[in-house]
Amino acid sequence: MTTLSPDTFPPGTFAPAPGRGALTRMLLTQARTEFVLTLRNGEQVLLTLLIPLGMLIGLTLLNVVPVPSPRVDHVTPRMLALAVMSTAFTGQAIALGFDRRYGVLKRLAATALPRWSLVAGRMLAVLGVVLVQLVVLGAAALALGWHPELAGMAPAVLLILAGTLAFGALGVLLGGALRAEVVLAVANTVWLALVVAGGIVLAAHALPGPLATIVTALPSGALAEGLHTALVTGTTPWNALVVLLAWAAGAAVLAARTLRLS
Amino acid sequence: MTLPAPLAAVEVRGLVRSFGALRAVDGLDLRVQPATVLALLGPNGAGKTTTVEVCEGFQRPDAGVVRVLGLDPIADGAELRPRVGVMPQGGGAYPGVRATEMLALVAACAAHPLDVGWLLEMLGLAGVARVPYKRLSGGQQQRLALACALVGRPEVVFLDEPTSGMDPQARRLVWDIITRLRADGVSVLFTTHLMEEAEALADQVVIIDHGRLVAQGSPAELTSAGAQRQLRFGARPGLELDPLCTALPEGCRVSEPRPGGYLVEGLIDPQVMATVTAWCAQQGVFAEDLRVSKRSLEDVFLELTGRELRS
Repeated sequence: MTTLSPDTFPPGTFAPAPGRGALTRMLLTQARTEFVLTLRNGEQVLLTLLIPLGMLIGLTLLNVVPVPSPRVDHVTPRMLALAVMSTAFTGQAIALGFDRRYGVLKRLAATALPRWSLVAGRMLAVLGVVLVQLVVLGAAALALGWHPELAGMAPAVLLILAGTLAFGALGVLLGGALRAEVVLAVANTVWLALVVAGGIVLAAHALPGPLATIVTALPSGALAEGLHTALVTGTTPWNALVVLLAWAAGAAVLAARTLRLS
Repeated sequence: MTLPAPLAAVEVRGLVRSFGALRAVDGLDLRVQPATVLALLGPNGAGKTTTVEVCEGFQRPDAGVVRVLGLDPIADGAELRPRVGVMPQGGGAYPGVRATEMLALVAACAAHPLDVGWLLEMLGLAGVARVPYKRLSGGQQQRLALACALVGRPEVVFLDEPTSGMDPQARRLVWDIITRLRADGVSVLFTTHLMEEAEALADQVVIIDHGRLVAQGSPAELTSAGAQRQLRFGARPGLELDPLCTALPEGCRVSEPRPGGYLVEGLIDPQVMATVTAWCAQQGVFAEDLRVSKRSLEDVFLELTGRELRS
């Protein structure tokens, strides 16, 4: 039996005083930590801010893809959709894959934090990042002469919330089930495929044949076309909203079964 | 009416946990009494981590009963988790998180946490409090994981290989902490494959191999059972041993198993030691490499399993 080095740990230092922290404090601390980590991670900032911002400026100023005039009004809604997809799906799936690898989920699951808040905290952090993206991209678009239809603002907010839920659930589904390297590869491949052929850069009607109809049923197409309709015409695209909520519900049900802590 | 037996901090009965054809834990029983330290000792792959993870509620037992503070780690997990501190083996933090942020996050989950800054200071992490986790050394990552296990002021603590990858000073610090935890009324179950760690810290040692109990008892019980203590020394070969035999107390035997290597077997006390050195002086020889040895847990393990503990 060892003897204690004097004075390092006075008697009573570790006297038990267990208890659960306040739920809102636990949830907000987790969300704030993950929010700060995302903004501190260079690759995440590239994916979530720099690429959408660069594409917003490039597609507005350069005539590389056919876009009606005024270009910025038609490009901006699609880039907002890209921002939501990058953060809620690709960024989140990759972060979740590696957090599982590093034992973060197990670590948090061993605290008083309820299991559902492991995911809820992540979604809150994602919403925080989406808010930062909206401010940055919105400001850049306004500087480029963006004139959104004011009547479309409220439906746009609803679409962004539904889109974040849908892509967030898909991100948890992917990042919560597979090995980190596989998640990285799949998340980036899917991101690129949806950017090019999923209704983000090119409007659904500009895509060839059957792809045009399929794309509006994809979360990327639904979000991009929905935001485009809302912010250009000022109407509410209910069909896009329904598509996004269906994806959110389906992915959430599946993810709840497949999510693994490590 | 008899009083009920005091509730064990951890009780495991007939635990079985298989992965495919492999029975990682195969009918294990153990019991951690309140405010005591139990060391789960065994070579790599013995089933230590599996046992601990079942106690933590991360794995479901295939058979048997596991209770922590009288509660089922899975069914009563929500009630139990705030009362338990967990140090997993390796990892347990976001790659980019700073030590202080990670500990603050775990502290936020507790009602009366220890002070985060103070705990980092105590564990020698104050200087790296703002360094991202992935850039900490293995020993620093281990100390952060230990801090996360303690910050919520739990009643029971599970530490899986708490000192692996640590330098001697850090290991000593962990030993101090475990000793203080027990004195403060915390029950501790830790795993190790270092017998000196188990001997130094534990009230109760449970030795397992291939998922089965090999031996259990206090370190003293395990190392003294059937053990003859030995005194060895080296000197000029071929010394006349009869006079020494006569001078030593009854029950002591002297031999020269190899030329110049002498062995005294029996209960070695200071008087025996003095007799041997006095006899050497009379013979005009200098006793070299004089040492007393007793059975170590390593010896116990080797005798029981025929295997080295550090595999």
